[in-house]
Amino acid sequence: MEKYDVAIIGAGMSGIAAGIRLAHFGKKVCIFERHYAPGGLNSFYAIDGRKYDVGLHAMTNFVKPGVKAAPLNRILRQLRIRREDLNLSEQKGSRIAFGEKDLKFSNEFSLLESEVGREFPDQIDGFRKLVRDVEGFDDSRIDYPYESARARVQARITDPLLEDMIFCPLMYYGSSTENDMDFGQFVVMFKSIFLEGFARPFDGIRGIIRLLLKRYREVGGLRKMNTGVAKMEVIDDRVERLILDSGEEVQANIVLSSAGLPETNALCSEKWLEDSDGEPGKLSFTETISTFAKPMKSFGWGEEAIIFFNGGERFRYRSPNEAVDLNSGVICLPEGFDYPDDNAFSEGIARVTCLANYDLWRSYPEDKYRAEKESWRPKIWEAAKTFMPEARIDYAKECIAFDMFTPTTVERYAWRMRGAIYGSAKKYRTGVTPVSNLFICGTDQGFLGIVGSMLSGIAMANAHALR
Amino acid sequence: MSKDECKQVVLDIIAEIAPDEELSDVKPDVALREQLDLDSMDFLDIVMELRKKHGIEVPESEYGELVSLDSCAEYLTPKFNALV
Repeated sequence: MEKYDVAIIGAGMSGIAAGIRLAHFGKKVCIFERHYAPGGLNSFYAIDGRKYDVGLHAMTNFVKPGVKAAPLNRILRQLRIRREDLNLSEQKGSRIAFGEKDLKFSNEFSLLESEVGREFPDQIDGFRKLVRDVEGFDDSRIDYPYESARARVQARITDPLLEDMIFCPLMYYGSSTENDMDFGQFVVMFKSIFLEGFARPFDGIRGIIRLLLKRYREVGGLRKMNTGVAKMEVIDDRVERLILDSGEEVQANIVLSSAGLPETNALCSEKWLEDSDGEPGKLSFTETISTFAKPMKSFGWGEEAIIFFNGGERFRYRSPNEAVDLNSGVICLPEGFDYPDDNAFSEGIARVTCLANYDLWRSYPEDKYRAEKESWRPKIWEAAKTFMPEARIDYAKECIAFDMFTPTTVERYAWRMRGAIYGSAKKYRTGVTPVSNLFICGTDQGFLGIVGSMLSGIAMANAHALR
Repeated sequence: MSKDECKQVVLDIIAEIAPDEELSDVKPDVALREQLDLDSMDFLDIVMELRKKHGIEVPESEYGELVSLDSCAEYLTPKFNALV
């Protein structure tokens, strides 16, 4: 039986980052990934010669070099990778669009501040106090107690419209809880999106994944693809062995799982997750990816990267009753970034994300599933278009390629229960489980986003497998 | 190994961990954290690299000995010399 120092479940951002740390310091580590492709919830694929990203809209947490303690700079050091190798281009600008009011924001925080002052002059003092509350919060503490973010924000912001506009991007990028979130999590997201910013490599996520895998290989890390972990034999509160999908058995002193909290629990022969903690996440989404023959700038949509929209009375972030909730969502335009001159899109891409009802999508037989996707496609486009500058796009004629994810897509390809991309409401922030040599990293440890999940893998590897 | 050589070993490790830091005029008697942008994760890496490259063990309770280049030299030089 093959024996490792550390077995890592999942070749996503957190698993590979953890692997790099462990292999660099001489641990015999193997990553086990059920899919044939790396990247997990942030993977990539190609159809008809076009390259797509599974999860990437923009990388949050963008800062310039030298910003002390910023997560991006920390992961560059911890993984020993160079900033230039990430090939990041900054966003041109983004917007929170709630119909009657718009707030633009960019990687310069002063823009958002002046927009708040413009649209909500009576709220600007409260907004500045909120920013100070956020900056003063010590988010390095792993074990802070839960505090309602809504309550903290309402203490500073008395206009529910501004309150909703602030929460909208932070929830979509992303929260695993409905309606409210922990203030600590609010702080992390506020910093990563508003105080730091958005960037993206021209080639999307594949360059970043390849960079990480190259580094992992260089330091002697092992990886088995098409090799899922089917079960973990837990005896006396210890993982004694891992049984792979093939039936083969392996042993490891330590197991680090990025599969998710309820998903990891389900793999164990002895279950350890409390029912209350074990609820899979309630939030899942549909995402449409429409490709056009001309770049989006030819339609006048070339200057914005991400648009967070809401047309409903209040912004409602919760699992909807309908299959797709058209009230709110996110529009991502990969062109909206300052790429180097020689990087130009020949075709236009527009991605639209909306909240979705997992149970409905799961209930459809195959042909109804396909018909429902086609039926929602124009409705989603119409809903999103309302919030964009006027453009003469005959969608039916000009859209030359189309793909759509639903909650069941995520469940099928990333093995996340209920398609919950942001994981469970319960997070195990220390990564510790009742199984003495089993630890959690990734989304359900609590750090989110590309940078966040890398930091999660690094922090959990450092804390549990390197000391 | 002399104390000066030991300081250089530590500086070489810091150069690898934090290649963007300016190391040419690090004052040996001032806390490293005050002169350079090093956090607890970086200090953990200094300890890990000492083990990896030089076989030196620094228990967690003694991480404080690495506060400045001078204190590193005081603490680590005997450890280096005990290896031969």
